[in-house]
Amino acid sequence: MSTQTISGTSENEHGKEEYTITVYAENRIGLLNRIAIIFSKRKINIESLNTSPSEIEGIHRFNIVIHESAEVVRKLARQIEKQVEVLKVYYNTNNEIIWQELALYKVSTDEIAEKVTVERLLRQYGASAVVIRKDYTVFAVTGHREETDALVKALEPFELIEFVRSARVAIIKDSAGFHEKLKEFEAMEPGEEVIENEYLDKGDKIFTM
Amino acid sequence: METAQDLAVAGTETRQEPAKTFTGSGSQALLNGLIAEGVSTIFGYPGGAIMPIYDALYDYSDRLEHILVRHEQGGIHAAQGYARTSGKVGVVFATSGPGATNLVTGLADAQIDSTPLVCITGQVFAHLLGTDAFQETDVINITTPVTKWNYQVTDAKEIPEVLAKAFYIAKSGRPGPVLIDITKNAQLQVEEFAAYRKCNHIRSYRPAPQIRQEFIAEAAALINAAKQPFVLFGQGVILGKAEQEFKAFIEKSGIPAAWTIMGESAIPTDHPLNVGMLGMHGNYGPNVLTNECDVLIAIGMRFDDRVTGRLDKYAKQAKIVHLDIDPAEIDKNVKADVGVWGDCKATLPLLTALVEARSHDAWLERFRSYNKEEQDQVITPELYPQGKEMTMGEVLRNINEITGGDAVIVTDVGQHQMVACRYAKFNQSRSNVTSGGLGTMGFGLPAAIGAKYGAPDRTVIAIIGDGGFQMTPQELGTIMQFGAAVKILILNNRFLGMVRQWQQLFHDKRYSFVNITSPDFVALAKSYYIEANRVEERTNLRAALETMINHEGSYLLEVMVGKENNVFPMVPQGCSVSEIRLK
Repeated sequence: MSTQTISGTSENEHGKEEYTITVYAENRIGLLNRIAIIFSKRKINIESLNTSPSEIEGIHRFNIVIHESAEVVRKLARQIEKQVEVLKVYYNTNNEIIWQELALYKVSTDEIAEKVTVERLLRQYGASAVVIRKDYTVFAVTGHREETDALVKALEPFELIEFVRSARVAIIKDSAGFHEKLKEFEAMEPGEEVIENEYLDKGDKIFTM
Repeated sequence: METAQDLAVAGTETRQEPAKTFTGSGSQALLNGLIAEGVSTIFGYPGGAIMPIYDALYDYSDRLEHILVRHEQGGIHAAQGYARTSGKVGVVFATSGPGATNLVTGLADAQIDSTPLVCITGQVFAHLLGTDAFQETDVINITTPVTKWNYQVTDAKEIPEVLAKAFYIAKSGRPGPVLIDITKNAQLQVEEFAAYRKCNHIRSYRPAPQIRQEFIAEAAALINAAKQPFVLFGQGVILGKAEQEFKAFIEKSGIPAAWTIMGESAIPTDHPLNVGMLGMHGNYGPNVLTNECDVLIAIGMRFDDRVTGRLDKYAKQAKIVHLDIDPAEIDKNVKADVGVWGDCKATLPLLTALVEARSHDAWLERFRSYNKEEQDQVITPELYPQGKEMTMGEVLRNINEITGGDAVIVTDVGQHQMVACRYAKFNQSRSNVTSGGLGTMGFGLPAAIGAKYGAPDRTVIAIIGDGGFQMTPQELGTIMQFGAAVKILILNNRFLGMVRQWQQLFHDKRYSFVNITSPDFVALAKSYYIEANRVEERTNLRAALETMINHEGSYLLEVMVGKENNVFPMVPQGCSVSEIRLK
């Protein structure tokens, strides 16, 4: 239930906002802990955390969602980027990214069969059936937190047996990917694309950290 | 095509050095690597899970000096002292479980004070990991928050590359402690190893950010327009080996400079532009004038709360220029108007080239006038006390007079530390070894042992309180066995003095558990066959100090100082630096 309070508060509360931090890092045992303690040391809760491969083989991509002020997020990003096995960190507000979460709902098949409203609900939320059995059916919805949450609420009267939601995965709208950057990282004398200095104003480009 | 390729490959091979390989154990590969990294001294303590490394060490004793400490915490503090005076990487060996957990305080200390260390811990066999085997602890996870990098080796083939990375990470960029945990099977495993290659690049790691000339120019413009500029410097100047570059910068720009205790000794104490110490027990002028300068230039320092006092009243009138190698430090505590990212060894000459040659006589005069006031009200009474009781300050004054400022001063933590930092005279860099960020009581004695190994030709004086000494007195055994000629000066006020001072000033003199009794330190030292003496009267002080300093080997001198003396000036916690109190 605590998730619902989070979804409702992407607006200001002491300048806090929802930020998605994207970390490009080596795929190494222990790095997740090293990153996680940067948050826990400051008693900052991670709302969502996803680790996955990135567009480049061997390089991992973390998506971390937190609810904090821009200043705090910037400091956190620098602390993360300082870690030896982290290549680059970006942080973005929700309007700078495309993101999705996947939710699964297990509902009694009888309920669906009997009640037309359920079928209409599922259509309305764009749910797709993953498994259909005599006793239960599993639906999947991908979307934003509000969308998957709304279906939970809607299904409550109809015996929602189980519900689970994944972490957020996000793509940065303005990102050109990491391929070119990686070449620079691998070079002995990296160019300015890699070692960025935020005091150098690069306009709106997300690539300025 | 095939032949052409073969030829090309063969051609590149012949141009390279013939790859020397050797067949041996992971332990031997480790020791060969240490030698290749230029290591000569190791501080350590053996145990079950690191026995194969110690077995190999038996054959390397002609090339690697191993100092057997009495406790792993002593070992790591010794390695810190070694790193601080020598500028090299300190190396520590410890076994698994308790051996490794005993390193944690030292790791935290080295992490916060940016001290380059490589710690090697033994670990249970790889097949036993996670079984709660004898002396198994999750060392990697325990040490993650207090290391710059750590890694667990379970296969000997990884050892040379991981060790090379460890040294590169420990000493490059902003230095820090690194820990390698090696399972026993990897220590024993026999392999054919290629010649050791040092590491100079890790793709995910940028030791120093790129320098931007734009920001150097912006910083120079601010400095050139300033009427009352003020430089604050920290250990970054020493870690960057940029003492000359720093001196050139302040001398050309004519800007008064004050130090954090970690930056002390980067320029000589009596340099005309050295205006003294910053922070809670720092000098009067530097604290007050922080809130009157128009441009504040912070170099290799991180605005610790003990330096800044209350942040929302800190240098609000000033434009801030911050030079640091660690981008995460810029804007962390104090927002910079111009952040100059980079190693100050490189950025300072660029800045010096752009600043105008100036002198700021009227502005310097303000520091002098505050200094006069501090001299009259605090310093003179502390250094030349009229009362019967001896003060810590007069002990320091005598040391300065005897050594001329050439000694390495190692301190523990507390009142004596603040007094030593305030009053010790230094002529050369890497002379002040103290636990700055972590404030680790018990640091002094073991750090002094390492400091002596790091600077064998210099006089090393460990100044320690009666409380701190009792946290790591076991290292007297190390001194006894290895003959490190450390001068141990215990300033005994029969109190945990700094806590008592706070209780007096802020807790209505409710002295809660600060009254500490001590053993007979002289007898204790003598039981370790270390020469020792005690001074209770001022008339004997000078001669006793001279005896200690001129003594051939190690020596312990206990000086009974006033019980309830306080360290002033003081910026009370939660107050602005300009609210500094002289009494």
